[in-house]
Amino acid sequence: MEVTETWYLVLSAIVFSIGLTGFLTRRNPLIVFMCVELMLNAVNISFVAFSDVLNDVSGQTAVFFVLVVAAAEVVVGLSLVVLLFRKSSDVSIDDLNEMSG
Amino acid sequence: MVDVTVFLVSALIIVAGSIGVIFSKNPVRSALSLVASFFGVAVLFVLLEAHFLALVQVVVYGGAIVVLFIFVIMLLGVDAAESINIEPISSNQIMGYLAGFGFLLVIFGGLFLSGPSGKDNAPDDAGFVALTGTAEQLPIDEDLSNVKVLARDLFSRNVLAFEATALLLTIATVGAVVMVKNKDDDDFGLGLKAEVDQ
Repeated sequence: MEVTETWYLVLSAIVFSIGLTGFLTRRNPLIVFMCVELMLNAVNISFVAFSDVLNDVSGQTAVFFVLVVAAAEVVVGLSLVVLLFRKSSDVSIDDLNEMSG
Repeated sequence: MVDVTVFLVSALIIVAGSIGVIFSKNPVRSALSLVASFFGVAVLFVLLEAHFLALVQVVVYGGAIVVLFIFVIMLLGVDAAESINIEPISSNQIMGYLAGFGFLLVIFGGLFLSGPSGKDNAPDDAGFVALTGTAEQLPIDEDLSNVKVLARDLFSRNVLAFEATALLLTIATVGAVVMVKNKDDDDFGLGLKAEVDQ
């Protein structure tokens, strides 16, 4: 038996779905951010797997940029979370509807 | 055979960690499950011979990002377990589970109903152009280390994007400081001004 790229893609799909499920069901803003990180990681797995199959380094470069953007996103996102928790110590994503049309 | 074992063990760790993230009541446990998941992904990167990314995965994700999460959790004191009453199973949540599962089915459909795959069926040059829109394939030179191969691509074809990430990180840092800063506190809470006044 040999590890083919299909294995990686299946794993990537499973992790992405778990992240998506958490993103849609959890209400703690911190956990929602963690689920976004999970989804980004799932995509990274398939990027690197494709990079291996196609023998092209572009996939790894893409993962590098995903990492940088994820770091920036976490910094901005967590400062938003800090602001939210300053207002009230019990924040649920469902309460954040001030901008709904 | 070693590959298969390593893959299966790290896949198990990744999936268990991911499930731990979304089902833990305590945010600290979620963050630690996230670390387990990130380490599993780093092992997979080693298996795929992306050594630099494996290192960066551990340092940036497992180190910086999760530490930032735990720091915020501790800072805000939200590490107490959430009571079940805060998160009742609502119809929205049931829809969320269904959407996640449906997404998985769609991806699996795409994966297994599509044509043959594998290294033998990797696209030829024409297929590569059709797939990526560029003829400039930068094949991985087996003689060079992974860091060198990645650096060549990063600093030749993607140098503009690389510069842009520098700008992005600066903007994110400044933005975070400006947002979190207390408005009536003009020395960032360090108490320096009070000391000077004394």
